[in-house]
Amino acid sequence: MKSLKKWWPTPIRSLFLFLVWLLLNNSVEFFHLFFGVVLAWLIPQLIHKFRLVQPGMKSPGTAIRYGLMVLWDIVVANMQVVRLVVGPNKRLRPAFIKVPLDLTDNLSITFLASTVSLTPGTVSAEVLPLNAGIDEPRYLLVHVLDLADEAELIQQIKERYEAPLKEIF
Amino acid sequence: MSWLEWLVALLAVAGSLFVLLGSVALVKLPDFYTRLHGPTKATTLGLGALVLASIVYFNFVKGELNLQQLLIALFLFITAPITAHMLVKAALHLKLKTSAHTSGKQNADL
Repeated sequence: MKSLKKWWPTPIRSLFLFLVWLLLNNSVEFFHLFFGVVLAWLIPQLIHKFRLVQPGMKSPGTAIRYGLMVLWDIVVANMQVVRLVVGPNKRLRPAFIKVPLDLTDNLSITFLASTVSLTPGTVSAEVLPLNAGIDEPRYLLVHVLDLADEAELIQQIKERYEAPLKEIF
Repeated sequence: MSWLEWLVALLAVAGSLFVLLGSVALVKLPDFYTRLHGPTKATTLGLGALVLASIVYFNFVKGELNLQQLLIALFLFITAPITAHMLVKAALHLKLKTSAHTSGKQNADL
């Protein structure tokens, strides 16, 4: 068991690298399979020493549901943005808003910020304050294309995206 | 035309339409911050639809296993928010002008 850990420090990442290699080559010939295994072994070995350990996933089921929900939101909300883009500029109500964060670790904040950027109408700009301590409260600066109700949007981001992320990590 | 080909055509047209609208947003919107919304969003959905069209075409119409396109989607979804973040960070650092009726400028320290 110990030697297994030594040879494959991050098994999921190795599997992922292997699959990406096969997809890149778009083939399952012996040579590609062999070289894929070599890469899946070598790359984690090389980067193992300086990788930052991230919290593991606590609830993969929620993660899958979260992913599907985000995909669906991208499709639905894109329609709204298309309408805004085609309409006259002066009907837009652009705004910067602050979304207070309950999440504390960097990985889940990254996920939240990326989700906010991918779902139309909002782009996350910055996590502030820039050099906050670990326990200090932080907030996400978000640029909104057309802001109707600030409190409602903040609540929506917190309930729809932050709450499941808290469950996952 | 079989219904699969119709599906491919529909996805390809819808995808290009969204990419086009993303580019329109880039030209038309009033300031840098609003312009960012076009390429990060509509383009994501547009390219997603194009990728889906390609997957359906090669796997079901042509009948060969071909999943390379999944990688395009994967890398797109990882890189798009990061690009947007870097751009907006640079813009905030340079204190680029916002359009006149942007609210909450004090939040961004502009």
